[in-house]
Amino acid sequence: MARKVLVLGEVRDGSLRNVSFEAIAAAKTISEGGEVVGVVAGKEVSGLAEALIRYGADRAVTVEHDDLGQYTSDGFSQALLAVIESESPEGIVMGHTALGKDLAPRIAGKLNSGLISDVTSLEEAGGNLVFTRPIYSGKAFEKKIITEGLVFITIRPNNIESLQQDSGRTGETSSLSVEIKNLRTIIKDVVRKASEGVDLSEAKVIIAGGRGVKSEEGFAPLKELAEVLGGAVGASRGACDADYCDYSLQIGQTGKVVTPDLYIACGISGAIQHLAGMSNSKVIVAINKDPEANIFKVADYGIVGDLFEVLPLLTEEFKKLKVSAN
Amino acid sequence: MNIYVLLKRTFDTEEKITLSNGKINEDGAEFIINPYDEYAVEEAIQVRDAHGGEVTVVTVGNEEAEKQLRTALAMGADKAVLINIEDDVENGDQYTTAKVLSEYLKDKDADLIIGGNVAIDGGSGQVGPRVAELLDIPYITTITKLTIEGQNVSVIRDVEGDSETIETQLPLLVTAQQGLNEPRYPSLPGIMKAKKKPLDEIELDDLDLEEDDVEAKTKTIEIFLPPKKEAGKVLQGDLADQVKELTGLLRSEAKVI
Repeated sequence: MARKVLVLGEVRDGSLRNVSFEAIAAAKTISEGGEVVGVVAGKEVSGLAEALIRYGADRAVTVEHDDLGQYTSDGFSQALLAVIESESPEGIVMGHTALGKDLAPRIAGKLNSGLISDVTSLEEAGGNLVFTRPIYSGKAFEKKIITEGLVFITIRPNNIESLQQDSGRTGETSSLSVEIKNLRTIIKDVVRKASEGVDLSEAKVIIAGGRGVKSEEGFAPLKELAEVLGGAVGASRGACDADYCDYSLQIGQTGKVVTPDLYIACGISGAIQHLAGMSNSKVIVAINKDPEANIFKVADYGIVGDLFEVLPLLTEEFKKLKVSAN
Repeated sequence: MNIYVLLKRTFDTEEKITLSNGKINEDGAEFIINPYDEYAVEEAIQVRDAHGGEVTVVTVGNEEAEKQLRTALAMGADKAVLINIEDDVENGDQYTTAKVLSEYLKDKDADLIIGGNVAIDGGSGQVGPRVAELLDIPYITTITKLTIEGQNVSVIRDVEGDSETIETQLPLLVTAQQGLNEPRYPSLPGIMKAKKKPLDEIELDDLDLEEDDVEAKTKTIEIFLPPKKEAGKVLQGDLADQVKELTGLLRSEAKVI
């Protein structure tokens, strides 16, 4: 069944997030030969429409309004509902990001539709679209289908591969003007704690520290390695509870669930709650003084040693590799 | 202040997950209040203690959830309501739960509704925003601080590590993020008192809902466990050599850098 599928392009620091391109790839599968329409909402976003098309959208709609400069649930739901009203889509895809998690259930509530959140893969099987998503923080997975109405999903960043960018691809772009009213929540201030470095949920490489990091300053060698690899720094609950770092870095059953290409666990023992948050990473490296640490059971590669000795060596080695690669 | 907490009973985070007959095996498993909902219960109690009023804890589930409701009462909540849908709903999803909760809440004049931002079992995080939408009240998800003065509310929201300060008004629905507070353990007198606090059980009938009104829009067709990971390779030898070997393996074998 050919479907028209909307993809909400998510803007961060003036450009589209990778997950939005991954969402286009998911939308292609859902559209089953129908049309994929990219949507970007914001204050000044018309320049971003083309990128959605280059990554596979057939056309793009922009919604610009002074009140859409920052995400608010009231503002963005009005913008997206206006697009939904004018386009009458049969499917919607968003990233399972802070924005998607906040907005998608509200839109689903408004439309009385189902919603499958945090999808990590999808396929057409036996005449159904089947969506796979982690449950119990990745300790298990479920396959779900939509039994009625709109095919509405949010996708986990870093799991569905985006299509190759095609710089020659063209498509119609249009703008929709909306009225935004009755904003019931007002953002007074934003403190960007996560601004240094890469966002954890989208990072391809994560260097995570546990109690073994010993102090706030102990995160310095992790940060250095993350910088060299273009990755993000994360932490176990133990490190957060001990005040070595902010809870925003916590990876685990409570905290963030991540699936980077490379996860380097430093001084992390590997409690089951932590494993739930990272065990589906593609490659796991464990660095720990204790050879009996549980983390070695899920690691692809392990080094038994003091992280403060190993990390500087590793950083140097990666630097050398980078130099020789250039 | 009329405060409601949305609570879910979940598997203990320590539990290993196994399957039997294609379903999650619950035999002998420990169940707890969803950890994020625990923050919600704690926050509700603190708001009540500061501003007066009453805390009602609500769950949608079956009678097994009584235990978690009693725990919330022992922490200090005033009343609990179990909406037992076991006999009426075979397959529910987030649409179902949100519909049931909003039907229950629609005539309660709630000033503040607090839930966890996500349940650690299903992990969809949909019910809070859905309920707010159905009740037509504003909501703020993943909050780490809540300050109420009269009708005015100031909230700090965690957005992937960044902090937004948001101002809004009651009535309001918020969902709790880790860091909001430190949930208390039920005290012994608290546990004794909880036994006498009201715990009402209602069904779909009591909400004038038919099974069709809450029928799920999605369906789980299969549950499976991730492939078991083989223990990897622990490198040997001089540390400097191990590091060299590791970078080599990451490049040539794992191909991730």
